[in-house]
Amino acid sequence: MEWQEVLLKLIKNKISLFGIGIIIFFVIISISAPWLAPPADPDDPYMIPRAGWSIQPKPPSEDHIFGTSEGQYDIFYGIIWGARTAFRVGLIVVGISTLIGILIGTIAGFYGGVIDEILMRITDVFLSMPFLVAAIVLTTILGKGLDNVMIALVTFGWMGTARLMRSQVLEIKAEEFIQAAEALGANDIRIIMKHVILNTIFPVVINASMRMGSIVITASSLSFLGVGAPTGYADWGQMISFSRNWILGSQGNALQFWYTVLIPGLAITFFCLSWNLVGDAFRDILDPKLQN
Amino acid sequence: MSKEKLIDVKNLATYFHTEEGTVKAVDGVSFEIYPGETLGVVGESGCGKSVTSLSIMRLIESPPGKIERGEIIFNNKDLTKSTQKDMRKIRGNDISMIFQEPMTSLNPVYTVGDQIMEAILIHKDVNKKQARQEAIDMLTKVGIPLPEQRVDEYPHQLSGGMRQRVMIAMALSCDPQLLIADEPTTALDVTIQAQILELMNGLKDQFGMAIMMITHDLGVIAEVSDRVAVMYAGKIVEYTDVETLYANPKHPYTWGLMHSIPHIEKDVDRLQAIPGSVPNPLDFPQGCKYNTRCPFATDKCREIEPEIEEIEEGHQVACWHVDKLEEAKAKEKKKKEKK
Repeated sequence: MEWQEVLLKLIKNKISLFGIGIIIFFVIISISAPWLAPPADPDDPYMIPRAGWSIQPKPPSEDHIFGTSEGQYDIFYGIIWGARTAFRVGLIVVGISTLIGILIGTIAGFYGGVIDEILMRITDVFLSMPFLVAAIVLTTILGKGLDNVMIALVTFGWMGTARLMRSQVLEIKAEEFIQAAEALGANDIRIIMKHVILNTIFPVVINASMRMGSIVITASSLSFLGVGAPTGYADWGQMISFSRNWILGSQGNALQFWYTVLIPGLAITFFCLSWNLVGDAFRDILDPKLQN
Repeated sequence: MSKEKLIDVKNLATYFHTEEGTVKAVDGVSFEIYPGETLGVVGESGCGKSVTSLSIMRLIESPPGKIERGEIIFNNKDLTKSTQKDMRKIRGNDISMIFQEPMTSLNPVYTVGDQIMEAILIHKDVNKKQARQEAIDMLTKVGIPLPEQRVDEYPHQLSGGMRQRVMIAMALSCDPQLLIADEPTTALDVTIQAQILELMNGLKDQFGMAIMMITHDLGVIAEVSDRVAVMYAGKIVEYTDVETLYANPKHPYTWGLMHSIPHIEKDVDRLQAIPGSVPNPLDFPQGCKYNTRCPFATDKCREIEPEIEEIEEGHQVACWHVDKLEEAKAKEKKKKEKK
């Protein structure tokens, strides 16, 4: 199927259109962040400005339309700039880990034999470690910070893609047109780039799209657990961790601080949902088995 | 024929070393192809026809496959000793191959033009525009109508016969000296088969190339070949020119094959099939490999394997009992005369 055709079908599908709409909404927010929420210090726009030092969150007001979180961090500012963080983490982690996965999976599947055995056993070793624990440990070793979170997520996030790619390549490799290309005198690199990857890439694209959301959740969980972004950094996971002590509100008024948890929570939920919707629609379009 | 040989295969043996044991897919095969002629290679499934052709192209997957011994002399060079890099220059350029399944031998994500251009761009020093023009010319030569339009179509938009024509166009785009056709018509219906065979015959003369036609269809062989090699269980059992083979088969296997073809003029209740099937390649019988199915088999056949020998000029057979077959043939003839 051609790209234009896929895009057309994505737009025609209402669910994926909804997903695409949300993604575009977040993209616009990220791009226009400097105007929506002008940073106090243009050199360091990701630090959320504080409106005081009081611990108790304050409800939405004219100055802070989403209210302020624990430590008087402005929630609106955090959401706006946090969208940038979410895209950055998602795109970089998914992008790099998918590339590593494609590389390892393709080499293992295409060459087979000892190379396959070595690469797949390495993959198994990485897979045998519980993802979140491994990521926490590695981030702790590397030190706190968003970059280190991303390194940890890439390190333990490529195996699924590698396995998926390998199985796809094994299937395609048996096709006669690969042999036909060989019989025409094409070399390995040409065959891999032209004939193998293009025929195997779609499931990987679907997988990557699905993972965009889940990676952002994982990064948020790491921030929530305190090994992620530094305190005060515009990151949705950290904003939820600010609300940890205020989720239950005060006596007799359980929902007193609803804004501290609901607003960042909604941002994460919608971000994830949108990628999953697009991924789902992608799969429906590209998987002929599901087409009836 | 005193012309110089285009390709000379000497005592070729290709084995597959699997976990269950060694499969001797091709075991000491010798033949030669002269420029401009068509050599037919015929045999049942699993007799080593395709492995022979893949060995010439050096496309045997290794491991488990390996060319154990023998020589493939092409243009004074032994292909069994060539590096893969040298082979890539030969594949598609000097020796081309057409595969059995036109449905799966084309990459579904590229237009047919892209795929014909691939070989041209690999082997010739031309730019994309020239390559495209050559692709269109090739499509015209293989008889595809509206080539300017077809060149931008995807394989799924073409019929089986069209795709096989595209495969032929791909294979011939660099003007090869030898075309290996591995059952090129098996997957097509009969009317298209005839068209494709006719096309290949025409192109053979036009391009001045030799064809190695691999098939299990004796009808196809009769139509296109000059000489024929009959293979059984990894060996050539009979090797002669096509007229002699049909008029006077000397190996019981060839004779059996001839008898299992239905003829419209003969009114028989039951076709004479060869009993049994090809022996398991992991466990070939001792002696002549055909002895389990041969009506003339004796103890000698079960103990010693016959070597292929020239029994008449240009007629090689690997059988201990050519005389017994002659007797059977004479008997048959008498029976027919009585009727």
